[in-house]
Amino acid sequence: MTAEQLIFIIVAAVTLVAGISVVTSRNLIHSALWLILTLFGVAIFYVLLDAGFFAVIQVIIYIGAIAILFIFAAMLTRRVMQDTGPQTNPNWWLGGLIALLLFAGIAFILINWQGFSSLAPELTNPSGRIIQLGLALVSPDQYVLPFELASVLLVAGMIGAIFVAGEKKQ
Amino acid sequence: MIPLSWYLIFAAILFCVGLYGVLVRKNAIAILMGIELMLNSININLIAFWRYRSSDGIAGQAFAIIVFAVAAAEVAVGLALIISIYRRRSSVVADDMNMLKW
Repeated sequence: MTAEQLIFIIVAAVTLVAGISVVTSRNLIHSALWLILTLFGVAIFYVLLDAGFFAVIQVIIYIGAIAILFIFAAMLTRRVMQDTGPQTNPNWWLGGLIALLLFAGIAFILINWQGFSSLAPELTNPSGRIIQLGLALVSPDQYVLPFELASVLLVAGMIGAIFVAGEKKQ
Repeated sequence: MIPLSWYLIFAAILFCVGLYGVLVRKNAIAILMGIELMLNSININLIAFWRYRSSDGIAGQAFAIIVFAVAAAEVAVGLALIISIYRRRSSVVADDMNMLKW
């Protein structure tokens, strides 16, 4: 067992425990804090996959923006259903069953796939990756259209969020 | 060296945990957290397939960037909707959000 594998196993265990705590803890603030730990684990996976840029934007966007938004929303809606009543639907076992069945299906398909346990090829030119990605996102014969669509989507999402959540003046 | 299977199995487990949260939780904010877990596992899959199967190209990374942008927009609009509904109904339980039902 190499050091990489050991790091993978530790990070995977911590991330999965944190992820399960996100969906099971009663207090929503605790859920949000566990979510931050899960997102950190995913960022470490990006580092292990030689995608350091993604680890950075994972920390900036997910932990810095999205998790903080969750904490704000949890605090703005704090007074209701704090500790009263069950936090889950009465038929929670059905949801668990569906999740387990889906995992069994995914695992069955993956195990029958011949590239399942392939190893990573040597990464050529690792430092030029970010330049390549940046050029690919703005070059007309590659991904400029999805990139522009994503920016339009972000502007629309921002305007929509302000419009929906803003105070209406009577 | 870590085989590709470890990443895929981990992402599958994380996706199923997120799906369980989406299906089971009553609180609408907790449902959005489950969606975030699912999107993260998808991103791990995209990056892992890029690294192991086609590390010469850049398509997997470009797709993952788009997933990031969509996740940010989705969570902003979703939380705005939940806060707006909370102002009107004083509730964040997904079962209570039946104003469009008739």
